[in-house]
Order: sequence, then structure tokens, then C-alpha cells
Amino acid sequence: MGEPFLEVRKITKRFPGVVALSGVDLQVYPAEILALIGENGAGKSTLMKILAGVQPADQGELLVEGKAVRFSGVQDAQKSGIALIHQELNLAENLTVAANMFLGREPGKFGWIDQGLIERESKRVLEMVGLEVSPETLLSELTLGKQQLVEIAKALSTDAKVIIMDEPTSSLSLRESERLFEVIRDLREKGVGVIYISHRLGEVKELADRVVVFRDGENAGMLERNEVDHDAMVRMMVGRDVSQFYQRTEHDLGEVVLSVRGLRSVEHPENELEFEVRAGEVVGVAGLVGAGRSEMLAALFGARPALGGDVLVAGKGGLPRSPRESLGRGLALVPEDRKGQGLILDMAIKENMSLASLRRDSKGPFLNTNKEEELVAEMTSALSVKTPGSWQLARFLSGGNQQKVVLAKWLALKPKVLLLDEPTRGIDIGAKEEIYLLMEKFAREGMAVLFVSSEMEEIMGMADRTLVMHEGRITGELAREDFSEKAIMKLATGGNINKAE
Amino acid sequence: MKKIKGILITLIVIYVATAILGENFLGGYNQGKLLERTGLYGLLGIGVAFVIITGGIDLSIGSVVCLVGCGVPWLVMRQGWSPVSAVAMAMVVALCVGLWHGFLITKLKLQPFVVTLCSLLIYRGATRGLAEDQSQGFGGEHEAFRQWGTEAIEVTHEFGIPYPFVILIVVASIAWVFLNKTVWGRYLFALGNNEEAARLSGINTDRMVILSYVICSMLAALGGLLFILNGNSAQPSDFGNFYELYAIAAAVLGGCSLRGGEGTIVGVVIGTAVMQLLKNMINLVDWLKSHMEFLIVGVVLLVAVVADEMIKQRVRRSK
Repeated sequence: MGEPFLEVRKITKRFPGVVALSGVDLQVYPAEILALIGENGAGKSTLMKILAGVQPADQGELLVEGKAVRFSGVQDAQKSGIALIHQELNLAENLTVAANMFLGREPGKFGWIDQGLIERESKRVLEMVGLEVSPETLLSELTLGKQQLVEIAKALSTDAKVIIMDEPTSSLSLRESERLFEVIRDLREKGVGVIYISHRLGEVKELADRVVVFRDGENAGMLERNEVDHDAMVRMMVGRDVSQFYQRTEHDLGEVVLSVRGLRSVEHPENELEFEVRAGEVVGVAGLVGAGRSEMLAALFGARPALGGDVLVAGKGGLPRSPRESLGRGLALVPEDRKGQGLILDMAIKENMSLASLRRDSKGPFLNTNKEEELVAEMTSALSVKTPGSWQLARFLSGGNQQKVVLAKWLALKPKVLLLDEPTRGIDIGAKEEIYLLMEKFAREGMAVLFVSSEMEEIMGMADRTLVMHEGRITGELAREDFSEKAIMKLATGGNINKAE
Repeated sequence: MKKIKGILITLIVIYVATAILGENFLGGYNQGKLLERTGLYGLLGIGVAFVIITGGIDLSIGSVVCLVGCGVPWLVMRQGWSPVSAVAMAMVVALCVGLWHGFLITKLKLQPFVVTLCSLLIYRGATRGLAEDQSQGFGGEHEAFRQWGTEAIEVTHEFGIPYPFVILIVVASIAWVFLNKTVWGRYLFALGNNEEAARLSGINTDRMVILSYVICSMLAALGGLLFILNGNSAQPSDFGNFYELYAIAAAVLGGCSLRGGEGTIVGVVIGTAVMQLLKNMINLVDWLKSHMEFLIVGVVLLVAVVADEMIKQRVRRSK
């Protein structure tokens, strides 16, 4: 295999409240596809940001072609031949393909841009990724899949020797993904090293020459091409067998608690959503990014007022108009964006936990601090929130504990239906397991739980039943015994299960 | 207490410095005057603090001061209204002004800066039209009414606690209870920090934002009323000019963050006192000239804000 092009030695990175990476190693060779996998919060994205010069490491060494380097910015990394393609594309939609490719490094003199050079160079790299569009096309006219290819072309135009792709297929259709795989294999032929980060183990198996697994910010193991199989990867990611990780019991299903009838969201006004969830049932919502899952939850909860339809909780309700109304009916929503929508980061844990139930517990308009303290003490121990004290600002908690604070806020209201949007995104394994146990507990206590997740494992491990969405519609529903990665993916990409099989 | 430590120390330092450098600073008359000014401006500061805590801003305070300061004597002297009904009218107008601002900001989603900038121009222009650009006042009449702005609770022969300061203490106490002891106060801080999270927690954030603009305008009106009772003469073209900036400066000195979600009433009152003390110092210390007022106030404000930010960052890093 020769010498690695890029080598990471004992890199450590700390953030307030969490050690993101502790002493990890990684080698990337020319002309290989290296898959990097791990649960959310395992430290993959952090390491990639360090490699791309987005943020510095606290300790450890980076070597490019055997020489130690120090990146103080993205430009430094680019010069060393490393390019990062972010999960969310970093392109300006209202500029042309060519302008995007040379954004921030336009060739030319004295502020004049050399358009001719840009055009020639754009054409060359667009050809390399097999994208047949004019460099003058506005980016907004391209599909997401093609925009992704523009990003790759952009990386190639910087003469990248290592291209890092952070979950590149998370918003692509099946066909677009396959096109992308071809391009990636092609890059390998041309001697480029690709670091491929993904949650989709199927893709990893198909694509990777080598798989490196991270867990909790540490190296958890490495698999050569011939050792790569699904269970081995999961075992390394989770640290033990999957069956032990998701501790599910059979649920006694009760009455229908949540019934959604003809719900139309602002984003997908043409689709009417219909489904029911029973007491004690855990229902997963699967789908690709952008399938309209979060939008559905938001409409259901009244976070973004729905256009039409009824949401009934235990038979009562109507068109959801505001969160205030919905929580009065017994709904609760743990939003996807924990820091932006779930928490008030610069307020104390205590104040976050009591926020939704403040009104109920007050004496007239006056705060009832005794009751507040009682509630906080009860919730802190029930959810085992780890904190030096309830006065601590939510900002300084780890992701898992932050999520527990958000949960506590809602549990204080004793909701009948709990809506969770990506409940374990960005939290470490231990906390993840705790969240799963809590979901289990809520269901056993008779709550109806509806959760959106992009992690196949999570859906298959936790749900009694799964709704699959594609482009704003519910394309199918799978009972637990019918769960398979393939079936879910088929529905999630708009395919019809019956036709396919 | 931790939050106001910095501004309290600033107050003491400037106080001691002025006492040493200035003439007649510690005299009863001057001390009384300081309290009076703090009382008048403090009301505006508390008002704008509510808006700033929600993450908004109100630039129309000076113009509301002008509207009320000119409007009340105009109603009483030119239109023959009784003082009580003129004051009631002023408060109703202020209520409507606040509701209007809140409506534009929450329902039409306009930016507070733009909305209140327009208001700044509109209310002053309207006042000038209403009063035909003539100076308004009570002349020698309505002594009893004017006492609210001029009288003091006598302590010694020379020194008394002015009514405006007493009113400030009452208003500040109510505001403190509101912010710290009621559900609404908690809601204001919550939405100032993260409006979306607050809304998703079931808080009627629009209503709370509107309320904060109403409080701000009503306190500006109360301030405007006391200013005219105290001064007895208001020129529509410049009465209350820049008062919104004094109010905002006092609130910022007192620990309010323009990003929202932060601020204390005690801090705002002390911040106002610091501003008035600086003005007083410039008057009393020989080698400080009155034209240097903006320069000095500006520099002190900047130093305070920089120091505050540096302390905050250090705290954050040490965690």
C-alpha cells in the first residue's frame, strides 16, 4: 500500500462539557476509499473539521506525506491537498456553477476576475465528475444530487489528494447515490483518497476498501475489505451486540390516543397525512433527509400552523394552531434542533425544566419556587441528569444531558403523546441508551411515542411500527416483523414495496 | 448581585472622584438634583430594559417624551382639559403606541429598529404639528399638579428626596417583582434568549413582546409627564431629543444585552445614576468642558461594555 498520504496521530479535542476526541489515530492512503463510521457523537465530524482546517486540535499531530503540518484555516488544508465536503452543502444557490467552484479564490489580478480561466477549469473538473451542465448554470437550477457533484468538482479543482465526504448521500435519491458511488470509485482510480463518512452501513459495505470505527471519541477498531460485514460494524460502533443495546419489551397497546386526519403542512400542502398511534405504542418515522418528517411533526404540534386537517388526542382536538394549544391537549414535542429550539442555553437547567409547566404551578401570576424546586429534583433523579446543580446553565451540559432536560420539560406536563424529532442526534452512546430506555419506560406507562429518526438501527431497534415518508407523503407502513433495511429504503426513496417484491 | 457588581463599583469610583475634584458636589442641593435627574431618566431606562430583554429596541422613547411633554400642557392650557383627564389621555395614547409597535413587530414581523425609528420621526413631527412648533408649558398655573415633578420629601433644610426619585423607586420595585417573581418575567427572559424554544414550550411569545413595548411606551409617557411638570417648558423641536439613547445607554451600562435575555432592574437604575453622575461631574469639574459630555459618556460606556464582555468570555473559557 505504500506510505499514507495523510496521517493522524493521537489527536485530542475538547469542547465545553465533552471530550469529542481523545487520542485518535487514522491513516489515509492514496487511491483508497476509507469509510469512517460511528454513532452520532463518536467524533467523526470533529476529526474531519480538524483535517479540513475548520478548527484546530487541542493535542496530537497531523502528517501530510510524512511531514507534520499545522492548519490555521481552510486554505491551509486546501494547499496541503485536503478538501472537505460538508453534510449540508456549502454552496451559494444564486451564483453560477463556475462562480461557486471558485468562490473565495477567484483567479485574476487587482480585483479583476479571470473569467476565461474559470470557465476552462470548471469545464475540466465538471467532466471529471461526469456532470454535463454548463458552468454558467445557476446552482439553484440543479438537483441536490448534482449540487453534490459540483461540490466534488470544486474539491477536485483545488487539486485535492484527499476528499472528505460527510454523509454525502443523506439527502440523495437512490439513483443519485449510485451515480455518486461511480464518481467516488472513479476518483480512486485517479489516485485520490476518499474518506467516506456514513451511517448507512449498506453503502459502506458496498463502497469501502477499509472501515475505521470510532466510538465515544476513540478508535474502536478497523476492518479490512474482506472483514466488512453488517454485524461486525455494528458491534464495533456500539461496543456489544445490537440485541443488547435496544432493550425492548413487548408493549401492551391501548386505545388510539393520537389520531391524525388529513393533516396538511405548509411545506407539502398537496399531501394529506393520516395515521394513528395507540397508547403504549412506539412508532418510528423513517425517510431521507428532506422527506418532510420534521415538517409533519411541526404541523402536528402547531409549531408551524397546519393548513388543514385534524389532530385528535384521545378523541379531542382539531386543527393544530399553536404549541400552546397542543400542549394543552396533551402533546409534547422534543424538536430536532436541541440548541436552537429545545433549550434556552443561557438559562439554568432548573428554569429550562420548569418552563412549560410554570403556568400550571404558579400562584396566580407569581412563581411558586418551592414547587419548581420539587419538580426539578424529581425530574433530575427520574432522568438521572448529570449536573453539578440545577443552577447550571444548559449550555454547559453534554448533549445527552441537554436532551434529558428537554424531556424533563415535557414530562412535567405528563403528556399523552410524546413526539420526538431525532431524539439521539449528537449525543454519546451511553446517553443514547438511556434515552432509549426512557422511551421504553414512557411507552410502558401508556404514553404514545412517535419518533422521527434518520438512523436505521434506531428505527429497527425501537419501533413497534414504522411509517416511511418520501417527498411529504407517507409511502408505507411496516409492522415490526416486516422491518428490514431494504424495505425501509425502498419506501423512503419512493418505491412501492408490493411492486418491488 | 454578581451582575451589578461592576456597575456599582463604577458608580462609587465616579462618585468619589467627583467629590474630590468638583466644587459643591456634596451639597444638599446638588445631591437632590442628582436624585431628581436619576428619577426622571431612570423611568425611561426601566422601560427600554423590558424591550431590550426581549431582544428588541425602542428608539421612539424621546419622541414619546416629547409627545406627552408637549401634549399634556397643550391639552390643559390650550384646550382647557383638567390635568387628570389630560394625564389619562396621555396614558391611553402611550398604551396605543406600545400596542401598535408590538403589533407591527410580532404580527407583521417588522424589525423593531425600523418600526421605532419611523415612530421616532412620526411622533416628533406630529407633536410639532399639533403644537404648531410653539413652546408648551403651564406658565405660573397648576402649581399643585406640577409639584409631582418639582417637590421633594424634605430631609434637611437643603436636601430632600425628590418626588420623581420616589416614583422611580416605586416603579423599579414593581418592575423588579414583575421580572423576578412572576411567570411573565420568566417568560420575557426565556423568549429574549431563544424565542423559538420559548414558543415551542407553549409561551405566547407575541403577547409577551407586545406587553414589553406597551410597558416601554407607558414608562416613556410617565417620564415625559414628569419632565414637563419638572421643567415647565417644552419646545416640540427638541424636547426629549436623544432621551432614547440615554435610556438605552443606561440599560446597557446596567447589564442589559442587546442580544436579549439579560438585564436587571437594579443595574438599570444604577446605570442611569452613573450617566447622571457623569453629566454632573462635567458641570462641576473645572477642566472638563460641557461640550465634552458626549465624548466622556461615550468612552465610559464603551469601556464598560468591553470590560463586561471580557469578563464574560473569561468566565466561559474557565468552565
